[in-house]
Amino acid sequence: MARPDQRRSPADCRQSAELSETRSAADAAVVAVFREEAGRLTGALMRMLGDFDLAEEVVQDSIVAALEKWPSQGIPDKPGAWLMTTAKRRAIDILRRDQRHQEKIALLERSIVPSEPVEADDRLRLIFTCCHPALAQEAQVALTLRAVAGFTTPEIAAAFLVTEATMAQRIVRAKRKIVAAHIPYRMPKENEIAGRLDAVLAVLYLMFNEGYLSRGTQVAMRRDLAEDAIWLTRLVAQLMPDQPEAIGLVALMQLHLARARARFDESGEMVLLPEQDRKLWDQAGIAGGIKLLESAGAMRAPGPYQLQAAIAALHSEARSWAETDWHQIVLLYDALLRWSDSPVIRLNRAVAVSHFEGPEIALGEVNDLAIALSEYHLFHSTRAELLDQVGEPALAREARLRALDLCQNPAERSLLERKLKS
Amino acid sequence: MKYVLLFGGTMEPEERAKNPEMAAAYERITKWFDDYGRAGKIVSGQELQGTQTATTVRFKDGKPMVVDGPFIEAKEVIGGFAVLDVADLDEALEIAKTWPGQTSVEVRPIVDNPPS
Repeated sequence: MARPDQRRSPADCRQSAELSETRSAADAAVVAVFREEAGRLTGALMRMLGDFDLAEEVVQDSIVAALEKWPSQGIPDKPGAWLMTTAKRRAIDILRRDQRHQEKIALLERSIVPSEPVEADDRLRLIFTCCHPALAQEAQVALTLRAVAGFTTPEIAAAFLVTEATMAQRIVRAKRKIVAAHIPYRMPKENEIAGRLDAVLAVLYLMFNEGYLSRGTQVAMRRDLAEDAIWLTRLVAQLMPDQPEAIGLVALMQLHLARARARFDESGEMVLLPEQDRKLWDQAGIAGGIKLLESAGAMRAPGPYQLQAAIAALHSEARSWAETDWHQIVLLYDALLRWSDSPVIRLNRAVAVSHFEGPEIALGEVNDLAIALSEYHLFHSTRAELLDQVGEPALAREARLRALDLCQNPAERSLLERKLKS
Repeated sequence: MKYVLLFGGTMEPEERAKNPEMAAAYERITKWFDDYGRAGKIVSGQELQGTQTATTVRFKDGKPMVVDGPFIEAKEVIGGFAVLDVADLDEALEIAKTWPGQTSVEVRPIVDNPPS
């Protein structure tokens, strides 16, 4: 896997070069502890207290306390036990405010075992609760990061470029709804699994894309959203080994990350797939992703994530842009469209078509998407590329200006500006 | 745990007489209420008359004022409600998904006041 600092957008590249030293072994160790423990602790306390809001809150408090103490005191020998003790103390403090909670306090004080063995599906139950369809998707993302991966609220706010207050309010609202509306803490029933898992995977993929594509933040962060998203997806795939789409999503993320080093050049400028130096790709990561995809495929239940991973695999295996198996990619996009017909998928398909059947045909297909994608910058930049290829530089320039208008990401903006100058 | 299901849209007798599809849906709704009522899931429920029959009492400077019309002017009107007694939101949603009225259903938990 590429080092995170190599995948940052140019805006923060220079800053993060010096900060990457501090985001070093110590931070990585702390993050690893939080990932391993947060979901387990929340699950264990949830079972003890039967109160999602409280369980989640005190685990968050213990993480904040660890972030204050560990840098100077070092990570304790049993970090999970440290976090559990801190969380329990906090829970007792909160519960003491109310006479009716004597029983729960006694229960917390009695259970000396810091972190009792937790059933494997405890964290899974937690993920399904956080990604309940009755919650807004942005709240699902935030809750999952906090309760399962041990993110702090400021970290989530920074990753999604909203203020801490906004993010805190979003989380509080969602947690209140879980409690007030009795959103159950349990695994979905057999007949609901497919739909509910789709929602979980959608949240994880959104998380990954946010981390991978729009690294627009100015601060180097302790946590890397893309890496946490793949960690969470691996956890889901591991806990639900009979779900090929979960494995397919891990494969897809892995194939993206394996090529991430080539996405920016030395000066921090973005490099698109056709111009990437393929020698920078992580071949072991690609091989691992393809192997995962094959194991998912062997279950004979294809789905959109496996199809997207298959497309990413074909790109990863190609020795050059020109030698890519475009015909196969078009067929995979066709299959993807049968799952869900979306203009963005059609746009990507058109790029493959341009290599297979020529830019004129592709341009026709892209033009058909003009209404649906008029506000999408990649529609205009793709159209610009095709217009260049069919010898319409003036129209291409116009499309590129429109793309620049709509594009927020600094790395992509810089790329468009360079093309406009050339 | 108790929830209220709020059903969008009304099905007035005159409309049903003109529209056989609506009449059929109305029959399915009657059966739906009966089935869940017998299963003990629906505690109570009512169909409401159209918003043209609504009267609203507003308060201006603490004084009640009677006004013709519904509480809020909205595209979707509430045509009825059912009170559910079920285990959790998932069970309430499962029942809401079987609503045969082909209109939206809002699921709202009822405030559970602790005994004082």
